[in-house]
Amino acid sequence: MKLREIRDILTAEVITADANLEKEIKYGFAADLISDVLALGRVTGVQTLLITGIIHPQVIHASNIFDLGAIIFVRGKRPVEATLQLAIENQIPLLVTPYIMYETCGRLYQHGIKPSIARVKNGPG
Amino acid sequence: MAQAEENMRFHEIFHIEGGDFTNAGAISSRVKKILKEAGFPGQIILRTSIATFEAEMNVICYANQGSLSLFIAPNFLKVVVEDEGTGISDVNLAMKEGYSTADDRVRELGFGAGMGLSNIRRNTDEMVLTSRLGRGTHLEFVISLEGADRSVPLLSSGG
Amino acid sequence: MTLAEIANEFGLRIRTGEDRLREEVTGGYAGDLLSDVIAHSRKGNVWLTIQTHPNIVAVASMKELAGIILTGGREPDPETLRKAEEESIPLLVSSLFAFELAGRLYQRGISGTG
Repeated sequence: MKLREIRDILTAEVITADANLEKEIKYGFAADLISDVLALGRVTGVQTLLITGIIHPQVIHASNIFDLGAIIFVRGKRPVEATLQLAIENQIPLLVTPYIMYETCGRLYQHGIKPSIARVKNGPG
Repeated sequence: MAQAEENMRFHEIFHIEGGDFTNAGAISSRVKKILKEAGFPGQIILRTSIATFEAEMNVICYANQGSLSLFIAPNFLKVVVEDEGTGISDVNLAMKEGYSTADDRVRELGFGAGMGLSNIRRNTDEMVLTSRLGRGTHLEFVISLEGADRSVPLLSSGG
Repeated sequence: MTLAEIANEFGLRIRTGEDRLREEVTGGYAGDLLSDVIAHSRKGNVWLTIQTHPNIVAVASMKELAGIILTGGREPDPETLRKAEEESIPLLVSSLFAFELAGRLYQRGISGTG
């Protein structure tokens, strides 16, 4: 679905000016820790939305590695100025939703957004 | 080693300041840009960027300062990260996924999951980690270009 | 849904707290930044996280959470297991990542707290 629909489903605010709301997002990945973002592994993420509570600039750098499509900050957390600037420079749309991460994932999943990565191989059930 | 140095096509050194959390990832972003402009395949760029990011974060989170060197040779990419700090008391333990010595402050900034070193190992072909307690840590990793598309243009070193 | 039913339906492995899985879960909470969990989670929530260190047990006790599910195939540290046993905090493991597990739980009617 388009980023604008995601904005509506999550009552989100788009905080980067001139964000491309027609961007197609098919996948979601939730991470609160930088190393977890890096665990995306071999995925290329142009159609992936990162769902996170990390408001610092390193989240932009980490997202850049995978060319992630957009980032949404949960729990109403607003990224710091440096993060915003970096996102604008790198043309990554940023959104903020009042919902908590669990609810955000739930709503997106219910609307057909798929997980970026499936289950861990050889992991427990 | 002299032979290998003659074949080195590109070499750049970056400084990393310990505790500089705001810039965490800035160097790996530059490394990614260099590799992208050089025309390396997507997977090579991705693996190198991930490993570089983890190494950069480790210096920022746990050391006083460090340097990261990127070498591009005809058959491989190599990154060397040298830092000054307390070092690692048990390298084997540090390599274990999930093991972390992060303090609360580091954790609240989104770091310290304890995945760093194992993530580096997972994404590279060779990895060497040594440490001297009270002095610092030396990390090297290599990503082989064998079998990858090797039409690498000449790059100017430094700058 | 109780944690026992959740464990059964989603194939979670139970690491500790087998005897404390019968209470109804009040909702779900996902996150790894402990200050956020402390601020926003509610009593009886099931907590999805990738943090494996012993502090997660202290947080779960403090907030009276129903239990902790480690996602992405993570396993708790030995010290975390010990503490969880001491404090009777259920620790479960899922190979699914947080987005998908939260999504599926949500579809089964376990809502977020806000």
